[in-house]
Amino acid sequence: MTLSILHRATGVAMSIGLIVLAAWLANAAAGPEAYDRFAAMMATPIGRVVLIGWSFSFSYHLANGIRHLVWDTGRGFEKRQANASAWFVLIVAIVVTGAFWMVLA
Amino acid sequence: MAEFRLPPNSRIKKGKHFDASHGAANVRRFAVYRYDPDSGENPRVDTYEVDLDSCGTMVLDALIKIKNEVDPTLTFRRSCREGICGSCAMNIDGGNTLACTRSIDSVKGVVKIYPLPHMPVVKDLVPDLTNFYAQYASIKPWLQTRTPPPPDQERLQSKEDQELINEPAACILCACCSTSCPSYWWNSDRYLGPAALLAAYRWLVDSRDEATGERLDELEDPFRLYRCHTIMNCTQTCPKDLNPAQAIAETKKMLAERRY
Repeated sequence: MTLSILHRATGVAMSIGLIVLAAWLANAAAGPEAYDRFAAMMATPIGRVVLIGWSFSFSYHLANGIRHLVWDTGRGFEKRQANASAWFVLIVAIVVTGAFWMVLA
Repeated sequence: MAEFRLPPNSRIKKGKHFDASHGAANVRRFAVYRYDPDSGENPRVDTYEVDLDSCGTMVLDALIKIKNEVDPTLTFRRSCREGICGSCAMNIDGGNTLACTRSIDSVKGVVKIYPLPHMPVVKDLVPDLTNFYAQYASIKPWLQTRTPPPPDQERLQSKEDQELINEPAACILCACCSTSCPSYWWNSDRYLGPAALLAAYRWLVDSRDEATGERLDELEDPFRLYRCHTIMNCTQTCPKDLNPAQAIAETKKMLAERRY
């Protein structure tokens, strides 16, 4: 149940995050000054939290979405399998998010 | 107007405390939800100290002991005490299960007992299952045929065909699964819930049934079937170890496959 509601929560978070993405594009189009201001804002701790949150939402929603696709084929419904795939998805999401920021840094 | 507080009948007060341990050594505390809609009072949680050395091993044994020896007003359903009638389904230690097959030992600390979640309460641990049973009836849980039966024998099944319905037919309709499902909590007026859908699946895969198409037509609906979002609470909680989530997924597959 936890992962199910987290799937919805990350989906909502990603949608809201699109505003940030749109702002990024708008500022890029508005010229170097505006872009620098935006980049500086995103480099603050709060901006970092938003971006890391967004990238985690993305990787989690993607991984869990694949889990749902597998379920749609009728596989992985045993309790043992479902619990294992739950942990797998969580770990994958955390590792992918971590790796993404490590590569970026 | 938006309501920011729970309705009065969902605000649970602290209840009475009954010490029935009589100074025994092996004592366990039971916290039991109590509610009598006719009294006009809020629900409350009463606590009972029970001597486990003079009590059976299951949670139902403790409830019966409390009712017999401490508080005869405590109300709950029970019948077979061996996990086949489904009457004593309730929420124990945060999970829906049968009181007669859940051992007291398997619960750590205070044994918290509530009625099945998100159902109207008739009294104490007795939920109103009218809607649940109506939904079961709505899937037409009987064999439907068009061809006449063989003149000299019953409609026979192969062993393999029987095995397909073995598990879904083992459902005892205790309602643990449906009342554990968030989709069912929010949409039980339109979503059939895992128990009814498992029953529907049992007839869909029955090799003798000849109404598969009509049954699928009835289920092809954004709410009745597709409110299932594979949350998996049903399968996790089923006291009979059945798998409603898988049955629903197979039903969705049957609907997808017949379209192409």
